[in-house]
Amino acid sequence: MDNRIEKRLELKAPISRVWRALTDHREFGEWFRVKLDGPFVPGQISTGHITYPGYEHLKWEAVVQEMEPERLFSFTWHPYGIDPKVDYSKETPTLVEFRLEEIPSGTLLLLTESGFDKIPSDRRLEAFRMNDGGWTEQMKNIGGYVEQKS
Amino acid sequence: MSSKSRSRKTGKRRVHARVFAALGDETRLSLVAKLCGGQPRSIFQLTEGSRLTRQAITKHLRVLEKVEIVHSVRSGRESLFQLDPEPIEKIKKYLDLVSEQWDQALSRLKSFVEG
Repeated sequence: MDNRIEKRLELKAPISRVWRALTDHREFGEWFRVKLDGPFVPGQISTGHITYPGYEHLKWEAVVQEMEPERLFSFTWHPYGIDPKVDYSKETPTLVEFRLEEIPSGTLLLLTESGFDKIPSDRRLEAFRMNDGGWTEQMKNIGGYVEQKS
Repeated sequence: MSSKSRSRKTGKRRVHARVFAALGDETRLSLVAKLCGGQPRSIFQLTEGSRLTRQAITKHLRVLEKVEIVHSVRSGRESLFQLDPEPIEKIKKYLDLVSEQWDQALSRLKSFVEG
């Protein structure tokens, strides 16, 4: 079973611009739709909450792994927001990596999320199931928003 | 949500969790891979090329049978094992959902840095 997610995206923006959008916690929050409590620091826990209307009860929590300027930004987390009632401390998180490369048209972004094969826990899955409807709903909302704007 | 549909949902969740657990083992994953072709196979065929005994393989097959990834069918005097792709399809949907979520976030990032 394929248990990692990979995305490749060409951005028409200089690598320094993309690096800032990824690693400045306020800029990250803008496009990711999360309000972060403080800057990203390798080895430290980043906390905050989702800002998407109707989903503010979901917490954001990740552990910043690597910040190699204009090359690699990575963190570990439990996908699908955090349910305050669940203790995630013993569960293996997934690893999210953003890799940047300079290309003639701007910047190539490679995103990978890996570690889904280590999801054996009942509670973990329960948390996913619980948010399942929520995310589906959110994606529909985003779709509606984009269509309205165009 | 009625209490009836809620309890049905909880039941479903448990099934998903067990499928994840059942697949979290190399031997069982390799058994699933061997059965992926769709042909039912005997214990003998499934033990071939493996270092494990038939008893050990049988034990693993029982785990897969319990979560309904594998079904056994009788053929004369022996049991044949067959794959049921449905529970695995459901797990795949989980990854698809995470993947779609990234698509949305990355397209917002694109407009953010290009705008």
